[in-house]
Amino acid sequence: MDVGILAQQLFNGLMLGVIYAMIAVGFSLFFGVLDVIKFSHGDVVTVGAFSSLGAVGLAGGLVALPPVLALASGIAAAVTIGALAGVIIGRVLVLPLRHAPGVNVLLATLMAGTVLREAIRLGVPNGGNPKPFPALLPGGVIKAGSFSVGVDSVMILAAGLLLVLGTHLLITRTRFGLAIRAVAQDGEVARLSGIDFQTVVLGTFALGSALAAFAGCMLGLYYREINFNMGVLLGIIGFASAVVGGLGSMLGPIIGGFLFAGVQTLVVVALPVSSAYKDVIAFAAIIILIAIFPTGLIAERRSERV
Amino acid sequence: MSSIPSPIPVLSPLRMQRHPRAVVVLTVALLFAGGGLMMHAESQIQVLGLLAAFLVMFAIADRTPLGQDISAICGDYSGFANGVAFVCALGLIVVFRGEHYTLLMLATVALFSTACIALNLQLAFAGIANFAGAAFFVLGSYTAAVMTAYAGIPHLLILVVSGIVTGAIGVILLLPVLRTRGHYAALVTIAFGLLLRSLLEVNDTLGGPQGMKIKGFSILGLDFNRVSSIGPWDVSFYLPYAVLSICIFAVAFTLIRRIERSWIGIALDAVRSDETAASVFGLSIARWKVVAFLIGNAVIGVAGAVYGMMNGFVTPNGSGLGDSLLMLSIIVLGGLGNFWGAVVAAMVILVIPEKLQAIQEFRLLIFALLVLAILLFRPSGILPRPIRDLSRFIGRPGAGA
Repeated sequence: MDVGILAQQLFNGLMLGVIYAMIAVGFSLFFGVLDVIKFSHGDVVTVGAFSSLGAVGLAGGLVALPPVLALASGIAAAVTIGALAGVIIGRVLVLPLRHAPGVNVLLATLMAGTVLREAIRLGVPNGGNPKPFPALLPGGVIKAGSFSVGVDSVMILAAGLLLVLGTHLLITRTRFGLAIRAVAQDGEVARLSGIDFQTVVLGTFALGSALAAFAGCMLGLYYREINFNMGVLLGIIGFASAVVGGLGSMLGPIIGGFLFAGVQTLVVVALPVSSAYKDVIAFAAIIILIAIFPTGLIAERRSERV
Repeated sequence: MSSIPSPIPVLSPLRMQRHPRAVVVLTVALLFAGGGLMMHAESQIQVLGLLAAFLVMFAIADRTPLGQDISAICGDYSGFANGVAFVCALGLIVVFRGEHYTLLMLATVALFSTACIALNLQLAFAGIANFAGAAFFVLGSYTAAVMTAYAGIPHLLILVVSGIVTGAIGVILLLPVLRTRGHYAALVTIAFGLLLRSLLEVNDTLGGPQGMKIKGFSILGLDFNRVSSIGPWDVSFYLPYAVLSICIFAVAFTLIRRIERSWIGIALDAVRSDETAASVFGLSIARWKVVAFLIGNAVIGVAGAVYGMMNGFVTPNGSGLGDSLLMLSIIVLGGLGNFWGAVVAAMVILVIPEKLQAIQEFRLLIFALLVLAILLFRPSGILPRPIRDLSRFIGRPGAGA
């Protein structure tokens, strides 16, 4: 196979991987602090994408903004509204249901995701159809032999990698990160040591959801098209990545995200007939990977109080 | 029981206790009459009026001593009440014998209620979240579609095979995640539902997005689609399907109720409520989960096969995550583990959007919000599952062995 095409696929895989990782980190964070799976997380990605689209459109409609400012307003809207959505879901649904059976939390967050999805479908004009996303990043192409990649794609990839790295540093190096890790390890002891449990939990929800919303923004910029139900697939892949990598850890979901993207890209490259079957293969990969690594590459802590 | 004499002489608690069976017959008949009217109603005002009447009845049953007495009597005579309900359902079919649309609604509610009882077995008893209910339902239809293409296979056998196919696929999905606990069953079933949907849409041998045609059900030379009269009456060809659907519902209801009331049900309750304690008592967690999941999916598959044969076609459309969530909404609204609650909720969720065109587009949003409200404020559902009462087996001389 041509080296250029291989590099192209590698780049696609990296891009997918960083997006999956950004979503998976959220799942892992929420599971860490509260032991819950928040299935509406995928739809927060959609909320982010649509918020930035709305902000760009709104700002562009009022004054002719240069692309840089339009992009900044789009990202700001995505991150703010995404974080807000995460905090509201956490405060209204997840915290009150914390002691209910796990299935209830699952159902509640799935239903919350449905509410977000349907609200976008019904609330956005013509929301049932895919929406074009404006190209806000500089054009131009980097060429090396038969390998060519857009400058915008490189910028998106770099931003994603930086954010994942930044989140990692935030968790491992800052006081807030220390508080998150303390709550994740033992909520009661953390409270005894003077950590405000609710603030930390909601802060974690804001952090994870902002990351997911930014990922939605990146997806819009990369694929130039967003869709009201894109969050379903992304949420499931994000959760599966977090599980395969190891729920509750920080590094695990990142590895899981890249692993997933790798498998998906590899299958698309190896089986040329399968472009129509892309989603089928993604879901089959989820089921098979979960079957092989049910407790994750980096195993969960196994302490259990009886 | 309340000892305050009721001002209404006919319904005084004393009289009610003297004629409990009459109370049961009246209550069940009233409920079915309301349901029948709801399915038959044409104007939006009628539907809204019936919905309001239903809410009032529910408030009476839930809040007033009279209503609580009636509920208690129906609970004490549950076997009798179920029999009366079966007769009432057949009565509705007789009344609406010529109405295509009403009978179609009736059969649809019966089949979806069947599927929801099966989901109840999985979720409320065994604690396995199945987020692919609609996918298994549609899979049953597709199995029927593929098999009816071959003449000569008895259609009753097709129903059985549909159940076996969906049950087997469910077990294959569940086995790998049995070693784990928590949300992995949910993840795998969601992934399976989406996988099936995209597979059906891109696969040309199964008809792609247009789906497949299915031949009508026939048994002993009687082709259901050709039925146009019984004796002197002209009837809708949906009539035999409605009878079949209600019989399937009755069989599934009896089967799963028997399971619930037997020691299997007790084992499932133990496995769900505390896996560690259950395994300490020698219960195999994996085995009971597989059993519940297998039976549940088989029942869903059979219901799906009948539904497909009744409609004459199947498309991938009904198999999405939204449809599976709608099925789960039914059992949450009805109260986890409460079968008749699921039937009432199925009526509400399936019939009302059909009748009130204004909310058709918003139904997922409305029901999702409704389920959220229930999970937050009344987690046991509108009609909670009664607590298992074994007190009559203990403490009575000669009862223990």
